[in-house]
Amino acid sequence: MLPKPHNPDLSDNHGAEPASDRRDAGPRLTRRSFIKGAGAAAAVAGLIGVKPGPAASAVENPPPAGAAERIGPGAETFTLRINGAPRTLTVEPRVTLLGALRDHLGLTGAKLVCDRGACGACTVHLDGAPVTACMILASDARGHEITTIEGLGTPARMAPIQRAFVAEDALQCGFCTPGMTMAIAAALAANPAPTADEIKRAVAGNICRCGAYPHVIRAALAAAKSARGEG
Amino acid sequence: MARRVTLTLGFAGGTREVAVVIPDAEPTPWQWGEKFSVVGVPTPRADGPLKATGRAPYTYDVQLPGMLHGAILRSPYPHARVRGVDLSAARKLDGVRAALDRSGATVRFAGQEVAAVAATSPEIARDALALIRVDYAPMPFVAAMDEAMRPDAALVFERGSNVAAPIVNAVGNVAAGLETAAATHEAVYTTPVQTHVSLETHGAVASWRGDALTVWCSTQGIFGVRDDLAVHFSLPPENVRVITAYLGGGFGSKFGAGHEVIFAAELARMAGAPVKLMLPRADEHLATGNRPSSSQRVRIGAARDGALTAIELVQHGSGGIGGGSGSSGPYLTLYRCANLRTEERNVYLNAGPSSAMRAPGWPQGCFALELAIDELARKLGIDRLELRRRNNPSPVRALEFEIGARAFRWNDRSRAPQSRGPLKRGIGVASAAWHGIGASGPQAQCVALRDGRVQVRIGTQDIGTGTRTIIAMVAAEELGLPLDRVTAEIGDTRYLFSLPSGGSLTAPSTTPAVRQAAAHLKRKLMRLAAPLLGADSDDLIIRGGVISARAAPNRSLTFAELCRRIPGDSLAADGEHVPNYAGYSLTQAGCQFAGVEVDCETGIVRVTDFVAVHDAGVIVDPLTARSQVNGGIIMGVGFALFEERRIDPQLGVMVNPTMDDYKLPGILDTPEIQVFFVEVANGITNTGVLGLGEAVHVAATAAIGCAVADAIGAPVRDLPLTPDRVLAALGQA
Repeated sequence: MLPKPHNPDLSDNHGAEPASDRRDAGPRLTRRSFIKGAGAAAAVAGLIGVKPGPAASAVENPPPAGAAERIGPGAETFTLRINGAPRTLTVEPRVTLLGALRDHLGLTGAKLVCDRGACGACTVHLDGAPVTACMILASDARGHEITTIEGLGTPARMAPIQRAFVAEDALQCGFCTPGMTMAIAAALAANPAPTADEIKRAVAGNICRCGAYPHVIRAALAAAKSARGEG
Repeated sequence: MARRVTLTLGFAGGTREVAVVIPDAEPTPWQWGEKFSVVGVPTPRADGPLKATGRAPYTYDVQLPGMLHGAILRSPYPHARVRGVDLSAARKLDGVRAALDRSGATVRFAGQEVAAVAATSPEIARDALALIRVDYAPMPFVAAMDEAMRPDAALVFERGSNVAAPIVNAVGNVAAGLETAAATHEAVYTTPVQTHVSLETHGAVASWRGDALTVWCSTQGIFGVRDDLAVHFSLPPENVRVITAYLGGGFGSKFGAGHEVIFAAELARMAGAPVKLMLPRADEHLATGNRPSSSQRVRIGAARDGALTAIELVQHGSGGIGGGSGSSGPYLTLYRCANLRTEERNVYLNAGPSSAMRAPGWPQGCFALELAIDELARKLGIDRLELRRRNNPSPVRALEFEIGARAFRWNDRSRAPQSRGPLKRGIGVASAAWHGIGASGPQAQCVALRDGRVQVRIGTQDIGTGTRTIIAMVAAEELGLPLDRVTAEIGDTRYLFSLPSGGSLTAPSTTPAVRQAAAHLKRKLMRLAAPLLGADSDDLIIRGGVISARAAPNRSLTFAELCRRIPGDSLAADGEHVPNYAGYSLTQAGCQFAGVEVDCETGIVRVTDFVAVHDAGVIVDPLTARSQVNGGIIMGVGFALFEERRIDPQLGVMVNPTMDDYKLPGILDTPEIQVFFVEVANGITNTGVLGLGEAVHVAATAAIGCAVADAIGAPVRDLPLTPDRVLAALGQA
């Protein structure tokens, strides 16, 4: 189990609910209490369909489900494997993987949009599977191979799906694009010859307010085709 | 000095010669049949690779050394006096560097700003908000329009009524028109409050150096933010620099320096360190603007042949503590009618303020008017498309109806027998209009560099429409260069002034300034080339990056060679948007066709397909233009089927300020979309480019509403068209 937060008023509600009313509000489901209730390892293994990675050291990796580990309440130093390289960071236990990437490691490609796993803009890969980085604590990503949009390709050397996004104009303001791209990249890795319906289901959780969806479908089909050497 | 030119203007349905007087500084406007080499070619957007690889630096991604994180405390009460704010505990929290409050203010909606803090991490900033103690004196409030309109209602503002004076437009005599009608129809239609839900929330990063302020801001108008900050801090405008390199959506909600921008700058000054303050999602729903609600009583009548004899709208709508809820635009524009009257009243509520949202007022008005037209068509026994054709004032839209009906197979589909199963199919059509003709103000600078590249510098911003790309395309076209030689440098108040990106202004207002600047630069470059080619500069032409004399095409010079002869570092020329000419047409027409499938057992509506036909003058980039059309339709799907700000009437608090309870359309809700452009050479500027973003959103919701009524044989007159409403309408069908 994770320790109690050092501040009992700690909330992920971002001040939308006023401090003065908070104490009367009764039990509230925050991301933190949700993840606590589910168990840290279970949150990773059960909810996002990823197996915990092989154990290396106690610091590098979380213990198996059910085993006790205390971290915090202060900042902890640990290492994450991101885009194939180890990255050491010092963060409070409550910092999400998305917060760690953006605010501590300078990887700002993944975006914070809904902050509750409802829009997909923060999608990264954990051991190759797409996950919403706003719903995972950074410490729970230890022992997993994390890939972000920055690891998929660069402007000079884009991955096929990124090239297809540009060619088909599968983006407008571009804020959903990193998450959308990562979701499709994972889907294409799992299914190199998808139908349009399969692509739609793979990105059904990625919201684009500009409405780039028709071109997203085209881009995904084009990328799949070119990866199969038919493009 | 001015010169008179005769231009061939018009569209595929007909052209005519139009005499236009233009200033000498202007290049001759593009005409019908203009031969382009860059413009009109589907072109992937210039910043696509940065966006697709996560490298595009949005405001939200700006990181500065020593940067603090800001957060805002908001009122839980819809109406209250803030008697006192105690920041002491928050200030004592380790990591908090600055705090401010609005003690003494009156808050008029749940979510209004009360205090703000800056701390060393976003998490600590949120902790600090929880430590702020506020003494509120709650006051009576109104959260629903019918309640607010009662004589004894609690007042939102300290004045006699929550209902503003009516705005009336009238021609002819509606009563007489209804009297002579062969068929009449009257009904009330309602639309809810929709929020913009830009994926990048409002916010800014503010950094001071002495009395100079630099702000990275998620805004649709960098100069408006600059001016607001200059006024707020009593600084000369040149001391404020605003940068918007990339913008994660706006849709009308991001003009001027909002509270979050002012707070970021104030906190940064107090803390002596840069502050980033980007709003959480809930705040974005609550406080940064919305499309007002509407309740529209429509009376409409037509003669036996379908000619409209009267249209009347009596409307009230609410933008919370904001105004501007009118929806008369489509009533006054879309159809020919001699007897026309609209009456609009804004109703104030204790709810978050309205702001402009993609074609303000038009999607609401279009939904009600077009559904009413359909209901009238049924009474008259006239095909719904045919009734629209008979009352259509626009020759461009007449052609668009033809193109759209063919692509949509309107005639076949309208005669197809309805399915006997639970899935009923329906079709609808609606007219669109807009006036994306641009405005004066923008100035551009075109700079040839010694290395053979050209930069276009202009203080506009790319809201996601592809502004960077079309600006470069227009300059490349004028300069006779391949597109890869030209880049657009935008999003910084250090460049010359441009207008905010709203009102479909950007493309029509920036491209003429850019083209004029490019033409001026070309003239300077030709003067530089003339002695090198031994020709008069007026006889030189540049095509594909090669300069030659018309008379002696075998002697030539590449653009790169010429640029190496530039004395000094670069050669620059400016251009401006001159006032629009009286060209061919000052409006733009469109129409959209929608197909739906309604499950009569569940009430669930699925939009299956769309055909959109639009006029946007000269289409610079058909690829990004098509993206805009898709987006306008998909946002219309959201307004039609899902989106509604819900306020608890007992508490006056929004109950769905998230992205799961406030549902946006996703890829599974997206119909098949066919897009057609009817290009019109309008000659109103030197490019004749029109704005597209709003025109393509006006009719989408209406077309869906009409299709649903067609599918189930009964209109659903209230948006969104949720399953419960569809089932209720079926019960009455």
